Amino acid sequence: MATKTKTRTAAIPHGLTREQLLEMYRLVRLTRSLEEKLEVLFKQSKVVGGLFRSLGQEGESVASAFALNRRDDGTGDMLSPLIRNLGSMLTIGSRPVEVVKQYMAKADSLARGKELNIHITDYQRGFIGQISPLGDLIPVMAGVALTFKQRGQDRVGMVYIGDGATSTGAFHEGVNFAAVQRLPLVVIVENNQWAYSTPSKFMTAAKQFIDKAPGYGVAGEQVDGNDMLAVYAASKRAVDRARAGEGVTLLEFMTYRRKGHAQHDAQTYVDPAEIEHWASTNDPIDRYVKTLVDNGWATAEELTAIGADIDRELDEAVAEAEQSPLPEPEEALTDVYGDGPVNAPWTRHTPPDPTLA
Amino acid sequence: MATVLEKPEHLRLTEQGKPVTLLEAIREGLWEEMERDPSVFLMGEDIGAYGGAFKMTDGFLDAFGGLRVVDTPISEIGFTGAAAGAAHMGMRPVCEMQFIDFISCAYDMITNYIATSRYRGSGGVPMVIRGPSGGGVRGGPFHSQNPEMAFFHTPGLKIVYPSTPYDAKGLIKAAIRDNDPVLFFEHKWLYRRPQLREVLPNEDYIVPLGKARTHREGRDITIVTYAAMVHKCAEAAEILEKEDGLSVEIIDLRTLLPLDEDAIIESVKKTSRLLIVHEDTRTGGIAGEIAMRINEKAWEWLDAPPLRVAAADAPVPYSPPLEDYFLPQVDDVIKAARHLAKY
Ligand SMILES: Cc1ncc(C[n+]2csc(CCOP(=O)(O)OP(=O)(O)O)c2C)c(N)n1
Repeated sequence: MATKTKTRTAAIPHGLTREQLLEMYRLVRLTRSLEEKLEVLFKQSKVVGGLFRSLGQEGESVASAFALNRRDDGTGDMLSPLIRNLGSMLTIGSRPVEVVKQYMAKADSLARGKELNIHITDYQRGFIGQISPLGDLIPVMAGVALTFKQRGQDRVGMVYIGDGATSTGAFHEGVNFAAVQRLPLVVIVENNQWAYSTPSKFMTAAKQFIDKAPGYGVAGEQVDGNDMLAVYAASKRAVDRARAGEGVTLLEFMTYRRKGHAQHDAQTYVDPAEIEHWASTNDPIDRYVKTLVDNGWATAEELTAIGADIDRELDEAVAEAEQSPLPEPEEALTDVYGDGPVNAPWTRHTPPDPTLA
Repeated sequence: MATVLEKPEHLRLTEQGKPVTLLEAIREGLWEEMERDPSVFLMGEDIGAYGGAFKMTDGFLDAFGGLRVVDTPISEIGFTGAAAGAAHMGMRPVCEMQFIDFISCAYDMITNYIATSRYRGSGGVPMVIRGPSGGGVRGGPFHSQNPEMAFFHTPGLKIVYPSTPYDAKGLIKAAIRDNDPVLFFEHKWLYRRPQLREVLPNEDYIVPLGKARTHREGRDITIVTYAAMVHKCAEAAEILEKEDGLSVEIIDLRTLLPLDEDAIIESVKKTSRLLIVHEDTRTGGIAGEIAMRINEKAWEWLDAPPLRVAAADAPVPYSPPLEDYFLPQVDDVIKAARHLAKY
């Protein structure tokens, strides 16, 4: 039986096409489903170490990265994610199977079992892995953008930072350096209102993070982080400014962390009603779906079909990752230097020989 | 805007006479010093309402209030510097690094400013920087490090790294009362190990800084070690005793800086054989320093060259087979001890 289709379709804003709108949907749904999968694997003790969720803020990751030139030949834009930017990673070109392998510490993960989370790098596809000390990637990404400028390349850097991590010296030094040099860099402050257990008001005395932009002499814009189209539009403006040689933009995405800091954090310091309020009235995916359907840009059936494809893809990804081997122990000694492994401890030689290491 | 919830009432401390973990012991030490001396206060990330990432300061905010339990922004150089300023004014701050790995963010403040203060005429800086360190928990390269040697080379600092609840409590209290800056490392693999539980004395006690402790008496080989490796060496010693009839003495350094040279020399004079075991990486590790001191001061008593077991010269890897290979294991200690015994 034919379903009633809308006779009028609203014009799509920001120069986006219908295909792009559906692709953004696929990416945000993929992000949430992949994290849910990872949570199941975590509970089965198949994830090694900790697990962070970005529940409720997946929209801004996807929509911001969507504004970049995404290529896989080393000529596109570059981004550096944070723990809660799985969406950005998938958008720029990271694949679910490699994310699962990474969390399972497998030998054929991008970091070969040496690193965790989404601390992974592929310069060809345009992502550079962060490290745990917060803020460190701001100056690094300034250097990435500096190179784009030095070489006259039409490329832009995008770097994410939590509201808490804006307190670090590295953040300040990196933004200031990029600002002074007018580098093509977009700095995104994800204001999810919590840094672990610490609310934003204990992170800055400024009313909003965006108030800092004039202090650095850079452009600043605050956006509803759970409105994917608004995030896309602001990110696109910032990227265009960077490409036009107008320097750094500080973007502040207003969003909310609906899970604890990591899997072990029961979030006892948060009022459950507050979480529930965001879940029921301000979920980025719900809002995006409503926008798509209400404007006649997509049908519920299309979205359901995309969801089914994703579920299949993720089942395959997990099955493949489970098959992958763990690294050989001796691999601990490789990649310390570029010219061969470091010495094995002498007690691991047979017979043990203290002259060997 | 985020809402902060009131915390429920918390048990003050462990019941008297109940065995405590290493974490609980440090917690008691902090608590007692806060009660004893109003100039002692805490600073760090998420230490207040949340009670710290490892729950070390759970309940402290309720008991001591926000002026003495200060939640800081994520600003390691900021709050260690602020602690120094407060210490200049007569306070005794204790700073928590959420993971000790992030102490590197404050390296400049600690080594250039804090450690040189007394020497430069600005006075001693009675402050403690403490936090969870060490590997074995699949924490990856930035939540597993042993950065003690990055600071060992800095005159003006003291470095403590306990292995038992009794020592941990006594040492944290001594560190807080000390008039110099103390870095206090807490091995997170030991934090909640039930095997380590001990009943602590009711009365106030400290364990003096700079004094090693004999963890196990022996005649044939001295093992000098500290922190988590004390327990791996003890396991190795049991096996060596049973299978090889070897009598192993274990010296737990407890304080790395200042180093208790006399304790090591005394033990080496008794056993004539020295093995140094540490979880920190090998090159530039403390074993090199200890072996050299023995060369200088106890050479004639040795029956074999001093040997060391340490982690491989690599960052701490994440995947279980890699981390297990990277870290010194009981088996490594056994092999090294047998090699020494045969020498
Ligand atoms: C320099 C440094 N100090 C402390 C930490 C421990 N830490 C990890 S995440 C985190 C909170 C981060 O909050 P925020 O930047 O707001 O990001 P969010 O988790 O909210 O996405 C802290 C304190 C760290 N990783 N690096």
